[in-house]
Amino acid sequence: MDLRQIYSQIIMDNSRSNKYRHEMPDATATERGYNPSCGDDIHLSVKIEDDLIVDATFIGTGCAISQASTSLLCGLIKGKTIKQAKHLIETFLGMIKGEITDDEILEEELEDAIAFKNISTMPQRVRCAVLAWRTLDLIIAKQTGTPMTE
Amino acid sequence: MKAILKMLANPGFDLERVRSDFAYLELDGPIIYLDNAATTQRPNQVIERMDNFYRFENGNPLRGAHRLGTAATEAMVKSRSKVAQFIGSKSEKEIIFTRNASEALNIVAYAWGLNNLKSGDQILITRMEHHSNFVNWQFVAQKTGAELAFIELTDDYQLDMQDYRNKISERTKIVAFSAASNVLGTIPDAAAIIRIAKEHNALTVVDAAQLAPHVQVNVQKMDCDFLAFSGHKMLGPLGIGVLYGKSEILQAMPPFLYGGEMIEYVEDHTSTFAQLPYKFEAGTQDVGGMVGLAAAIEYLEDIGLEKIAAYETALADYCVAKLEELPYIEIYHPKQGAKGPAIAFNVKNAHPHDVATILDYHGVAIRAGHHCTQPLHRYLGQNSTNRASFAFYNTKKEIDLFIEALEDVKNVMQIDI
Repeated sequence: MDLRQIYSQIIMDNSRSNKYRHEMPDATATERGYNPSCGDDIHLSVKIEDDLIVDATFIGTGCAISQASTSLLCGLIKGKTIKQAKHLIETFLGMIKGEITDDEILEEELEDAIAFKNISTMPQRVRCAVLAWRTLDLIIAKQTGTPMTE
Repeated sequence: MKAILKMLANPGFDLERVRSDFAYLELDGPIIYLDNAATTQRPNQVIERMDNFYRFENGNPLRGAHRLGTAATEAMVKSRSKVAQFIGSKSEKEIIFTRNASEALNIVAYAWGLNNLKSGDQILITRMEHHSNFVNWQFVAQKTGAELAFIELTDDYQLDMQDYRNKISERTKIVAFSAASNVLGTIPDAAAIIRIAKEHNALTVVDAAQLAPHVQVNVQKMDCDFLAFSGHKMLGPLGIGVLYGKSEILQAMPPFLYGGEMIEYVEDHTSTFAQLPYKFEAGTQDVGGMVGLAAAIEYLEDIGLEKIAAYETALADYCVAKLEELPYIEIYHPKQGAKGPAIAFNVKNAHPHDVATILDYHGVAIRAGHHCTQPLHRYLGQNSTNRASFAFYNTKKEIDLFIEALEDVKNVMQIDI
């Protein structure tokens, strides 16, 4: 596989984007996601009104994969219901595990986050890609009592 | 540079023959293995020695009267004697086999630290310790109320000996330090550290995990009280390590683990314990690992540690010189003083894990992360770093390919420096 299939323009651009990289003073929930082995460290904040995620931002440090993934997640869940966000988590994790491979479904649901599909072939980098998604899953679990996705 | 290139071209041993002993170099790829400070590769001689043990000498050591039990016991005794000779110990009784340096340092913390330290005492360690010689002392400090203090570093990533002299006092009961940093490569003056500790009647614990593979260790000349190292960082198998301790200190310590073969008489409610070194080796021991470690030592001695050290130093110096030519690289490695062949660096504006992934794509294996030294990285102001670390089977050509691959890191990560 070519390196550029991992470090694609979508991932490189999003890894350095500041669009969602800022604090959220009126967040309704913030969780830290941390990979102790490599030091990826994010704080993901969401503002939830009724069932709707009206805003999502993050601050943190880490590799291009973890930072791009977090940034894309924020863009993707903003304006979605909690239920829709939970479905996105399942689709994203399914893609990374190689269980969901249909590009049409992935592109339809995950949009640019389909760029992480090739990470499924790099076991040592999977944790970087899923960090933000696991963190969001924790927020949803705490808010709704829904069990976290395996 | 001339002297470095001369050494790299003519290391004083048969580099090609040495490389033919390492099977990983036959892999399709090929792999440029620059992660030797994490674990080295193992030559065929070590693997064959272990294979022979399990095929023809396999019994439970120290037990039973049959010939295979005796063969395993002999293998254990010979291995221990090889280790004792290798580090210049007075007696085999001072050599305790462990799983690794971490376990060895835990024996000192649990069996000596918990029983000899109290509130008001000081444990002095250094800023560059690996977690294995750090978290154990944190634990002892929390349990006993002793204070944990740190010797800081100079701007050149060396141990600040003035800071050491300022901090050591009659309250200092133990000085535990790394004899070679696994990140910076710094080799502090162990003899001076130990001499100063003795002036204050403090015991000394040397973490030699990164020193033993590169420099001839002599515990009697060093005059340290404890010394620990791992087999797998010096061509031996994973899962075998060594604790050296002065016999009078080991004798006064209670056991660390209780159970089989570490006892003398067991009554219903009390027991007496075996003589050294068996007192600290509960349960059936890893003799396969011991013979592997002994074979690794023999391999190193056949080449000669002096030659190994000189060649590895040349590799590291060459690599530093090449890295310094790249404006997008930041290096964390002393300029002065003794140093081992480990070099920490960062590619500006690129996370170490991205760097390591891209280098791996080019067949270059390095380490990325905090290398089990989070407090040191906090001091460096870095969340993580990359580390290239060398062994005597590496070559100048491999370093050139590594440097070339770094250029591609710059391209893939779109670094504009």
